[in-house]
Amino acid sequence: MDLAMDVSAPPLIELRQVTKVYGSGTASFQALRGVDLSIAQGDFVAVMGPSGSGKSTVMNILGCLDVPTSGNYLFQGVAVEQLDRNQRALLRRSYLGFVFQGFNLLARTSAQENVELPLLYRGEKLGSRHKLAHVALESVGLQGFAHHTPAELSGGQQQRVAIARAIVTRPQVLLADEPTGNLDSQTSNEIMQLLSSLNRDMGITVLMVTHEPDMAEYARRVIHFRDGRVERLQHNGEVA
Amino acid sequence: MLWSTLLLAMREIRRNVLRSFLTMLGIVIGVAAVITMVTLGKGATQAIADQVSSLGSNLLIVRPGQRLGPGATSGAPPFKMADVQAIAEQIPQVRAIAPTVTRGMTVVAGARNWSTSVNGSNNAWFSTGSWQLALGREFSEAEERGGQAVCVIGETVRRELFGAQDPVGQPLRVKNFSCEIIGLLVSKGQSAFGSDQDDVVVMPLKTAQRRITGKQDITALRISVNDEAAIDQAKRQVTLLLRERRNITDSEDDNFSVLDTRQITETLSSTTKVMTTLLGAVAAVSLLVGGIGIMNIMLVSVTERTREIGIRLAIGALEREVLLQFLIEAVVLSSLGGLIGVLLATAASISLAALMQLPYLFDPAINLLSFLFSAAIGVIFGFFPARRAAQLDPINALRHE
Repeated sequence: MDLAMDVSAPPLIELRQVTKVYGSGTASFQALRGVDLSIAQGDFVAVMGPSGSGKSTVMNILGCLDVPTSGNYLFQGVAVEQLDRNQRALLRRSYLGFVFQGFNLLARTSAQENVELPLLYRGEKLGSRHKLAHVALESVGLQGFAHHTPAELSGGQQQRVAIARAIVTRPQVLLADEPTGNLDSQTSNEIMQLLSSLNRDMGITVLMVTHEPDMAEYARRVIHFRDGRVERLQHNGEVA
Repeated sequence: MLWSTLLLAMREIRRNVLRSFLTMLGIVIGVAAVITMVTLGKGATQAIADQVSSLGSNLLIVRPGQRLGPGATSGAPPFKMADVQAIAEQIPQVRAIAPTVTRGMTVVAGARNWSTSVNGSNNAWFSTGSWQLALGREFSEAEERGGQAVCVIGETVRRELFGAQDPVGQPLRVKNFSCEIIGLLVSKGQSAFGSDQDDVVVMPLKTAQRRITGKQDITALRISVNDEAAIDQAKRQVTLLLRERRNITDSEDDNFSVLDTRQITETLSSTTKVMTTLLGAVAAVSLLVGGIGIMNIMLVSVTERTREIGIRLAIGALEREVLLQFLIEAVVLSSLGGLIGVLLATAASISLAALMQLPYLFDPAINLLSFLFSAAIGVIFGFFPARRAAQLDPINALRHE
């Protein structure tokens, strides 16, 4: 994948005047009030903001888990808001990888099998599943832990398995929702370094929600949310 | 995908062995009950058919009154010897006719006594009843005519009174007289009614009438017909003749019954079939209850595994893939139950058939049907929980604790 940023190419992800309203009538709650956002291929973006600012909602929409109430979401030029549930699932399995705060690995299932899960849904053969899972585990530094279950791994290791699961399909975008929220600061830094290197070496676009400024510093850009709107955009210097 | 889903289902079942087993138990019992009931029912029907056909397919049984089976004849007059002679002379299809009287009483030999069924009849009793002699001989003409004190005994009576000894030539005390045993019948075993056919003593009709009943009455006629094809005709003629002899007007019903063996088979079989159907239906209800048990556990399982479902949906599982996963789990659970049920039913049927002295007839149709039905129950009762899983919202499912 080419790392050079072509200014004229259409952005990988584009939000246009996206709103999201939960509920209806007097009980309704407007989570997003017109968000415009553009993320290029290969970017590393952190989303920050106080709780209730709409950062989780925007991540759900970007992750194709939810659709906007109004406005457009273009993923590689495709209008996601017009896709149905199954089409969005197909888009997720082909282009997106997810990392969660709570790791969300399948319990009592080995690291290897957890990593193979997305490949299973893509219909990969057993042999290539094993190979790809092995490579993915290696790239997160967990070679030798393939047969450990989540209960036998530390929090940092579990998150590494989750990252391996997210990248095993070679997605365009990695969406991480507070990936370091459950980890101590040293492990958090290790995980952030891993995400940075995936972004740098494999060209995976990384979108990350965090409330820790330290972690946001790993990103190239930080988008601050407040009251359902983009408050400000902040460009970090080139990260190490 | 299908294969790995199957493996996944097996692993889920193994993970909760006790719960899976208890869930399956409903199906296991249901399937086993249905198959056992139907198999035993078929065995019983077969046993009856065998028993009755061992009487011969060209036999008519005539009794006073309108009821089947032994017992009082509700005031209908018995037959007389003149009726027997009239039938023998006027109906050409009749090959042999055995007029019979029967009494239950205690017989004594030496120091032992035994309560048995004592019959008075003629030599036709042996041929019409498909009896063979193991030892000795039938009655002589002089013995029949003179009403002499001789008798032939069944295997059970021999065993109870003489053990393994040869009874021929021994005296047997019946009521207040002694008769000489001249023959021993070949064992026929249990009858379709469950009674012991070998528990029998037979003596000349006149002997029984004179010394036991004290009357000239005859309580049953067994008529064998020359040709099986002529049995309906013979039956009609016997009926007509007896109506005439018993002065029954056209507007009155028969006060006697003429049964042929086919009719007996049908009557008994239809009763057994009704019982089989009823018991099978009750068993089928238990299968249904088993299905509801599976649905219940699958719903619990979906709730428990909401987070897992959320993960699967988030990483791109399609609705139908999640649906399939849970559906297959339910089907595997129920068909595994069905399989165990089939095995259990085979064991139960064989041992129960042996216990009830019925033939064991393996019926592939009912086994296959019950198994497929158990799988179908998995599909039907697994669908609702599986659909609930597939339609979960991934965001909410991931937040589920």
